[in-house]
Amino acid sequence: MQFFLEIVISGILSGLMYSLVALGFVLIFKASGVLNFAQGAMVYTAALVVVGLIDYDVPMWLAIIASFAFMVLIGICTEKFILGKLVNQPPITLFMATIGLSFLLEGFAPILFGNDVRPIDLGIVDEPIQSIMDMTGIGISKLDLFSSGIIILLVILLALLFQYTKVGRALRAVADDHQAALSLGIPLERIWTIVWAIAGFVALVAGLLWGSRNGVQYALSLTALKALPVLILGGFTSVPGAIIGGIIIGVSEKLAEIYIPPVLQDAFGGNFGGIEGWFPYIFALLFLLIRPEGLFGEKHIDRV
Amino acid sequence: MSTMTNDDSKANTVLQLENISLSFGGVKALTNISFDVREHEIRSIIGPNGAGKSSMLNVINGVYHPQAGDIYFRGKKRKQMNPAQAARQGIARTFQNIALFKGMTVLDNIMTGRNTKMSSSFLSNALWVGKARNEEELNRHKVEEVIDFLEIQHIRKTPVGKLPYGLQKRVELARALAAEPSLLLLDEPMAGMNVEEKQDMCRFILEVNQQYGVTIVLIEHDMGVVMDISDRVVVLDYGKKIGAGLPEDVKNDPEVISAYLGTSH
Repeated sequence: MQFFLEIVISGILSGLMYSLVALGFVLIFKASGVLNFAQGAMVYTAALVVVGLIDYDVPMWLAIIASFAFMVLIGICTEKFILGKLVNQPPITLFMATIGLSFLLEGFAPILFGNDVRPIDLGIVDEPIQSIMDMTGIGISKLDLFSSGIIILLVILLALLFQYTKVGRALRAVADDHQAALSLGIPLERIWTIVWAIAGFVALVAGLLWGSRNGVQYALSLTALKALPVLILGGFTSVPGAIIGGIIIGVSEKLAEIYIPPVLQDAFGGNFGGIEGWFPYIFALLFLLIRPEGLFGEKHIDRV
Repeated sequence: MSTMTNDDSKANTVLQLENISLSFGGVKALTNISFDVREHEIRSIIGPNGAGKSSMLNVINGVYHPQAGDIYFRGKKRKQMNPAQAARQGIARTFQNIALFKGMTVLDNIMTGRNTKMSSSFLSNALWVGKARNEEELNRHKVEEVIDFLEIQHIRKTPVGKLPYGLQKRVELARALAAEPSLLLLDEPMAGMNVEEKQDMCRFILEVNQQYGVTIVLIEHDMGVVMDISDRVVVLDYGKKIGAGLPEDVKNDPEVISAYLGTSH
């Protein structure tokens, strides 16, 4: 039982990390209908700018602020020079543009800051918390717990911003109905720029947390792929969906990793390790067959 | 009802449309249309389906940009603009197919109407300091006035998607009024309503017009309503203006009658 609990908890904690990446997708998709494939590249870039500046002896806090500024700049440029020029184009065109953007970032950032794997030291070690270990026998990583705390805090702050401020209302309004929002004097371009800036901030937080866990390396930009099954589960337009989807993916892949291989081995023989790597995708595929709009996504009913 | 004649001075003209033509590809939506809207009047645009009424409203709102013609707003020739800029100049509107923010509450929907009146920066919003806080309270006050006026206190916190159609229409009017517009564009505010709801809506439109002095451009299908509350009427058919003037004159215009009844001409 303890073992099971430990897997579930570690699944929840790592799932929240997926949620964080998925959150970046949801923000932009909700507000502008663009599936931003570059979200992963933004995570990588943000983390790389931080470690790159630390290499030049810039203090960490300053590096983080600089990286945020850089992400905002990317957001503004993307809106102004890429997506702004493609308004009213079909979604696939916008999607292709963001693929282009992801290649650009993945190529450009390493030119500035090198591409060797570097750690980010947030001052928290990746080891079990002793007191919980002693009391219950369950090992919970300090880093995982810290990361989860940060993510939850970030989500609460975003929820407050969205729910109770003028800008938040404008963001929701734009997400809901462009025409109506425009008729109320809400400037779409500015709102989209703000959304990109927020998504950039989310990418920065994700980059720092993922980077401190796995080191800052190109593979970070592939974390975005793990966000896709999360989005399929949670729906592309739902912030709570991203959170819960992330947790479900995190827990299910950990459980699958532990409990499925023995069954398969009994049945077919051979070695079935590494299920964690592909299980979320199969899970998402099955889910798509049952509930294509996701757990919290908007159901489309067309008038015939 | 207005007693002005068509030759009245142009001093109190809010909106002047001159020779507006609009086409989408080969389809002519509007052809050479001219009319004006005077301060504090209710100017109705009527016509059969597909006559170009909504297109006309969208031209005034800056959604469509006519290929030919000039628009004068408060005496000044208007450059090409988008609806957000129009909103900042005091033009508010409702939509033919309700365009509320479905997931948001009535209150939040109406608060978005205050957008042009709120000037706090994104940063002060994000940090919830300084201007953002006072502004929120001040504007909330204004919104409550609109809510009282339209008698929708009881649904303040309801997500609009859950409201019946008639109430949604009313909330949409509330959102437009929250912007304290000087010119209000209403696209079929009574479509799909029952008699009682229509009466309420008529009363609100008249009150907005008379008490607050808001100039109104109205599209409506219900002829009884139009003839009752309009000061002046413009009649469109197939994108052309086929009549204009006082309601009683328009009502008896043979061309207008044939457009509606389909008499051969």
